[in-house]
Amino acid sequence: MKTYEQINERIESGKAVVMTAEEIIDYVDKKGLDTVADEVDVVTTATFGPMCSSGCVLNFGHAKPKLRMSEAWIEDVLVYTGLAAVDVYLGATQLRHGDSANMYYPGEFRYGGAHVIEDLIAGKTLQLFALSYGTDCYPLREMRTYFTIHDLNQATMLNPRNCYQNYNVAINDSERPIHTYMGTLEPKRKNVNYCSAGQLSPLLNDPLYETIGVGTRVWLAGAHGHVYAEGTQHAGACDRTALDVPKGGAGTLALTADMKQMRPEFVRGVSLRGYGVSLALGVGVPIPVLNTDVLKRTCIRDCDILAPVVDYSYEYPQNTGKIVGHVNYAQLRSGEIELDGKTVAVGSLSSYFKAQEIAHLLADEIRRGDFQLSQPLAMLPRDTGMKPLLAREKPS
Amino acid sequence: MSETVTQKLMFFFPRCECEKPIIYHLVKDYDLVVNVYRAKVTPEEEGYLILDVTGAEERIQQAVEYVKTYNVSVNATGKGVVRDAQGCTHCGHCVTHCPTKALRIDDRATREVMYHEAECIECLACIRVCPYGACSSAF
Repeated sequence: MKTYEQINERIESGKAVVMTAEEIIDYVDKKGLDTVADEVDVVTTATFGPMCSSGCVLNFGHAKPKLRMSEAWIEDVLVYTGLAAVDVYLGATQLRHGDSANMYYPGEFRYGGAHVIEDLIAGKTLQLFALSYGTDCYPLREMRTYFTIHDLNQATMLNPRNCYQNYNVAINDSERPIHTYMGTLEPKRKNVNYCSAGQLSPLLNDPLYETIGVGTRVWLAGAHGHVYAEGTQHAGACDRTALDVPKGGAGTLALTADMKQMRPEFVRGVSLRGYGVSLALGVGVPIPVLNTDVLKRTCIRDCDILAPVVDYSYEYPQNTGKIVGHVNYAQLRSGEIELDGKTVAVGSLSSYFKAQEIAHLLADEIRRGDFQLSQPLAMLPRDTGMKPLLAREKPS
Repeated sequence: MSETVTQKLMFFFPRCECEKPIIYHLVKDYDLVVNVYRAKVTPEEEGYLILDVTGAEERIQQAVEYVKTYNVSVNATGKGVVRDAQGCTHCGHCVTHCPTKALRIDDRATREVMYHEAECIECLACIRVCPYGACSSAF
């Protein structure tokens, strides 16, 4: 048994023993849970992939004379201005003004909110165009200027939903290629795409939310951030395996961090042909080895994590809830899976390569004493499900 | 007699030389087997022709010299589709779309996506499906 305080003391003195969620598997196999629970302080988990529900709050400071932005665009991408005068929210999936979207199907979606976020973090100079209706206290009606992230007072990433605990494996049962947020899927089950770091993924290593909660310090694209709330669509009450691992989506995290501390290689704009724009993010979450139970759950293997295979040509869009079946991540990572006697090629949207890199970077930071763990202020619920949007008649 | 080899060549045509039957001469005069990957040869416009040629090494050399007499620039580097190593995140979306597995994961442990240029047939599928725009065409 260890406490957060004891683990942080060891981190501070540079003596913490840290392993990644991949390394810990074989180590526990070799040495046993009890020995390793005494020896190892922290297990690092990580993921890198598209996380659409991401965005940021930017504060521009005041112009002379002052302007209260009522509509604004950065690099022609619309930002939300329904906040105070020079605060805006930039959403990752917002398209650039004039993008033809899917008018000439499949659209290319080369630039959108996520690319603005990538460019901001890369330190590029960007254009701001802002309009206002003008007030006595904010008389300026229009402004076009150029800025970098260094000119902003605050640039805070504020992502309502990141790090889905587990995810669908997408397949196409139809006769034509389809373009989805899970990538391009060839007809007649020619390929499948999955999107999870599996045994390295944060919430798959803490399936019951025993250590990851509101207030947990996380590594978000190189910055030290926090879980600020349960993520949107968080649904801890779900079908689970005997090891308590969800057999589908389940938990999510809402994350925030200072964008000025982020590294551009872990914040990447994503153009999904025929679908739209998304933001790929690298996230690392440390799990404190408080006891053997927590440690045991970090030893989850790809072969013990099941993901539902879902048809994205009909069942997903029509929200029928039907699945083809379950496959595990060891099968997925082999490059081929068997479905109804047919061999199907496997592609991925999530980068295990980058996830490994992040898990090691975070482990190094903790070993150096540069990253302390924080005890959650509140735990994530395990008893909530997900409600649908109902089409109702207007109440009389 | 020199050895039979296969070489990937890229010809870039200036505006005025597009109407010459270059491939005919490669086959007829230099005994080359020609396999065209990509071509844009439009009269009155600049164009390109990407092809594999198979034949005697010295005949290929002679053929290249012949083509150059038409003011055609020849690129034998084989790099028609390039992958930006920094731009690639190694997500692995491209691997099921690459028909020759020129883009593939060699090491199951690291899951790094490797690009084997020599196996690329320039179908350009990777350019269409890469979410990060990491693959691009040299022309």
